[in-house]
Amino acid sequence: MTKSRFPANRTPEIGAFFQRDRNWHPPAFTPAYKTSVLRSPQRPLLSLDNTLSELTGPVFGHNILGELDNDLIYNFAGPGESAIGPRILVYGRVLDERGIGVAGALLEIWQANAGGRYRHKKETYLAPLDPNFGGCGRTITGEDGSYCFRTVQPGPYPWPNGPNDWRPAHIHFSIFGHGFAQRLITQMYFEGDPMIWRCPIVRTINDRRAIEGLTAALDMEATMPMDARAYKFDIVLRGRRSTPFENRIEGS
Amino acid sequence: MVQGLSRLKESASQTAGPYVHIGLTPNFVGISGVYERDLGAAMVADKTKGERIRVNIRVIDGAGSPLKDALVEIWQADAAGIYNSPSDLRGSADPNFTGWGRLPTDMTTGECMFETIKPGRVPFFDGRKMAPHLTVWIVARGINIGLHTRMYFGDEETANAEDPVLMRIEQRERVSTLVAPRDGDIYKFDIHLQGMNETVFFDI
Repeated sequence: MTKSRFPANRTPEIGAFFQRDRNWHPPAFTPAYKTSVLRSPQRPLLSLDNTLSELTGPVFGHNILGELDNDLIYNFAGPGESAIGPRILVYGRVLDERGIGVAGALLEIWQANAGGRYRHKKETYLAPLDPNFGGCGRTITGEDGSYCFRTVQPGPYPWPNGPNDWRPAHIHFSIFGHGFAQRLITQMYFEGDPMIWRCPIVRTINDRRAIEGLTAALDMEATMPMDARAYKFDIVLRGRRSTPFENRIEGS
Repeated sequence: MVQGLSRLKESASQTAGPYVHIGLTPNFVGISGVYERDLGAAMVADKTKGERIRVNIRVIDGAGSPLKDALVEIWQADAAGIYNSPSDLRGSADPNFTGWGRLPTDMTTGECMFETIKPGRVPFFDGRKMAPHLTVWIVARGINIGLHTRMYFGDEETANAEDPVLMRIEQRERVSTLVAPRDGDIYKFDIHLQGMNETVFFDI
């Protein structure tokens, strides 16, 4: 984690982040997603202008990455083996709300295998584990905010919420921007999946456009020929104010 | 009609779910061989400057049970009060301290224990000094959007009393929800998601 990987000609940005649109994000209390009932703060959040504690954030260098970190088909597989399932690329850019690519953003993903089974000691679904699939991957965006993973398309699975609730196929994304206030975890869904609109977790989001913004598009122009289809998934982090004029308080 | 502003909307948050460990702390759940170590698990090296402390964190739900599937991240300044980030223009931070840590809560006890250093004081946006604090971010199954809060240090009474953020809390009895008492080298920070002792969370 050093500052040196930032090009010398790029001045670090220090402006405050655009405020979060809390009507666009899911609210904390969403009773149809039962676990939220006892885990949702009930008092109003305290609004706070960004201080250095939120404007800054950790930097992750490419030196933390292993060669296969962004290739889930091979990063857990035995020698000569590979994960089972429909092979896909998931690619896109991390942008901010101004449309500017976010360079150096750490993306970490996790997912179920092609049968809808997670490799986790708390997981009880009867679908089998794939001995060659771990389910985690990570990468760091390039100068223009671009990234790419190769993986298998995860399966849908039932979960104990309602008596017959199923999650749509999805990949979890954790994203670091440049400031800790941009920290975000979300999920990516797949174009055309009829399970999306039935899911109580998806439906914690009230705005249909926000759900569409989490739905990756099939992109047949970006496939790896005779290997993997491609889904494009852009991620948007909070934008930040530019600071053309300094507004200093007397004496500070 | 007027010109469009052509801004994008932030991607909507979704819960980290019960299997967040697979992605963020895979070694903790026995997925070994993909990443050498779990990122953020070790914050302090021999050369790190500052007073060694430990911070014990629990996240407690509305029924009084500690969450056994939460993930907690902390972000803090170094011992001199500088963040190890390009956006902190006040100087170079301790090169042996990133300031960022991440731990899962224990699947039996619901506790996590950060081993870190006590941060220095950082200025508020108007120049007044804030009291030493950790920025804390919590995700878990059932939490739809990550929760931001802060931990202040119980043995910093003078600094806490003049902290511009703590002074913004209207219900003064709620200030104590952000202050962790010290016992030896351990600060104990219980985060209450609901109830009479609900922790102050921030919209930042």
